[in-house]
Amino acid sequence: MIRIVSRTEPTRFGENLLRGGAVFAALAASSLVMLFLGYNPLEVYGRMISGSLGTAYRFRETINKTIPLVVLSLGIAVAFRMKFWNIGAEGQFYLGAFGATLAAVSFPSLPAVILLPLMFIFAFFFGGMWALLPAVLRARFAASETLTTLMLNYVAVKWISYLQYGPWKDPSAQGFPKIANFPQNAILPKVLGIHAGWIIALVLVVLLYILLSKSTLGYEIDVLGESEATARYAGMNVFRITIAAVMLSGGLAGVAGMMQASAIEHTLSDQLSGGLGFTAVITTWLARLSPPLIVAVSFLFALLLQGASFLQSSMKIPASVADILQGIIIFFVLGSEFSVRYRFAFDREGKK
Amino acid sequence: MNLFIEALSLFLQTSVQMGTHILFATLGGILCEKAGNMNLGIEGMMLMGASVGFAAALSTGDPFLAVLAAGTAGAAGALIYAIITVTLRGNQVVTGLVLAIFGAGVSGFLGKNLSGKSLPSRVTDAFAPVSIPVLRDIPVLGKMFFEQSIYVHLAIAAAVVLSVYFNRTRIGLNVRAVGENPAAADASGIAVSRYKYIHVLAGGFLCGLGGAYLSLVFVPRWQENITAGAGWIAVALIIFSRWDPLKAIAAAYAFGALKGIGFKFQNIDLVVFGNRIVFSPQLLDMIPYVATIAVLVLTSRGLVSKTRHRRGFGPAALGSAYFREER
Repeated sequence: MIRIVSRTEPTRFGENLLRGGAVFAALAASSLVMLFLGYNPLEVYGRMISGSLGTAYRFRETINKTIPLVVLSLGIAVAFRMKFWNIGAEGQFYLGAFGATLAAVSFPSLPAVILLPLMFIFAFFFGGMWALLPAVLRARFAASETLTTLMLNYVAVKWISYLQYGPWKDPSAQGFPKIANFPQNAILPKVLGIHAGWIIALVLVVLLYILLSKSTLGYEIDVLGESEATARYAGMNVFRITIAAVMLSGGLAGVAGMMQASAIEHTLSDQLSGGLGFTAVITTWLARLSPPLIVAVSFLFALLLQGASFLQSSMKIPASVADILQGIIIFFVLGSEFSVRYRFAFDREGKK
Repeated sequence: MNLFIEALSLFLQTSVQMGTHILFATLGGILCEKAGNMNLGIEGMMLMGASVGFAAALSTGDPFLAVLAAGTAGAAGALIYAIITVTLRGNQVVTGLVLAIFGAGVSGFLGKNLSGKSLPSRVTDAFAPVSIPVLRDIPVLGKMFFEQSIYVHLAIAAAVVLSVYFNRTRIGLNVRAVGENPAAADASGIAVSRYKYIHVLAGGFLCGLGGAYLSLVFVPRWQENITAGAGWIAVALIIFSRWDPLKAIAAAYAFGALKGIGFKFQNIDLVVFGNRIVFSPQLLDMIPYVATIAVLVLTSRGLVSKTRHRRGFGPAALGSAYFREER
């Protein structure tokens, strides 16, 4: 008989070895899929690496994809630590981008040093409020936040589409449904060839690391995540902690939206995110909600995304391949969590 | 008056047509959740079913094989989910989410060569509305049920069969035991893992059929992300219908009606005080999602009796992995 038994003391090293093994197995499985689809996996992997790291331009593109993933993941991590399953980063991202655009449209003549921080604040506020709505619905009506945040993603995208096709449609775009480009003072400047978002992202990583693991609020969030009853018994203000954490979670996603609209696209559109909000749920989970690990995992995922978009142009492999590869890798990592916790035991015949 | 009845029956007919894929998906979700597994990957399984079903219809020209292939594709997605959550005890929520993304990727990849193509007439004919004489002339409800594609009847039949299965059969009761209390089910000799596998896979099969309804019958063409979030709406409707297949029929059609309203309002000209009011299609598109949130709010606590504080009437062990040694 084969039985499953718990591992008594999984070592840190052993755990990471298993996870590494899972990623390796995932790459092997992906190779089989590629062979099946008629591609040479070695060529595909080679091109993904050269497409994401090969030249200075491609490396910058990879970093450009890393930045929003890091900021989105930080936001999701704050909520997940509290066991608030915020799947709505995508929608909060769009509301943040909307807030930033609202600021840019309302005060187009402000100098950049004032306008950019204002856009940042608007983005944070709108993203945060969009996350707060599900929090209120959960607190007041016990409505599952997994589903409400998800539904609000769709509502947010439709809202941006509405603006793009309706009130905010650029009259000078010859009937093409697009929102006017940002004025120069609403565009994030470049530092060392990459938009200043990388500095913001790094600062946020440090701040979040301190907040989550060293501050009172971080501790309270963890306790609340473990058990609401415990938090109440310890005299914590559950309402205040929830509001703060959820606002922070959505606000960060909103900031990612602002950076993407301002620095990358120079406008707001309903294509702005390209699914980053969903990818970030996965990076957050893989990074086990830790800010430093988020940087590493986001970079690896950006390699995957940038590599896949290079494949699209150089080998005519559709972008959806990136989704498939992501899926396979995570399936294996999810499966490996099992071997971290349990192992198979083989009972010998006749043993009592 | 006659005109009103005619309009109403047309509206009900459209509602059913616009809700059938959601009905399949909701039923698939119920099957899976009754066995204690929450699968958020419905959207992915629907997309896999939609693309594979369409591809099969194109290459074989056989409507039956197309439907079978669609269901199998959905079940294949469910198999990945089952291996990770049932055998390897992985996190059900995360696995389901990844399945949703993975399924979208697979369907997007397959769909690259499918867009713009139209189905062979053998397939479209097989799924064309069947107008049943006499019955279709029943006022109001006639067109709703008796001037529909056979695919629509398949969904209703599935709901009835599932209802009988869960409430009137031995095995169906066992499934509920697995979902409520796997340890007790295990102790009474029910093969918990086998039950979970079978129902997760069958649920995936139904979700695949739901996706293929769109690409084979309703649209019928392949377009990227053809489901447009219907899989997530289904996840909410499972809760709304209280895991009851018959209530799922009403829930899915009600949502079909909401979509239908949005569709129709785009072409309505309303003049109020001399101002022409135009309904923005983008804002109307929000209706189903906003309604889903409203439904969740209404069903979560307000309507549930105070003695049962669990969310709705879901299976007690929903979402948690069963592990015999940790019982």
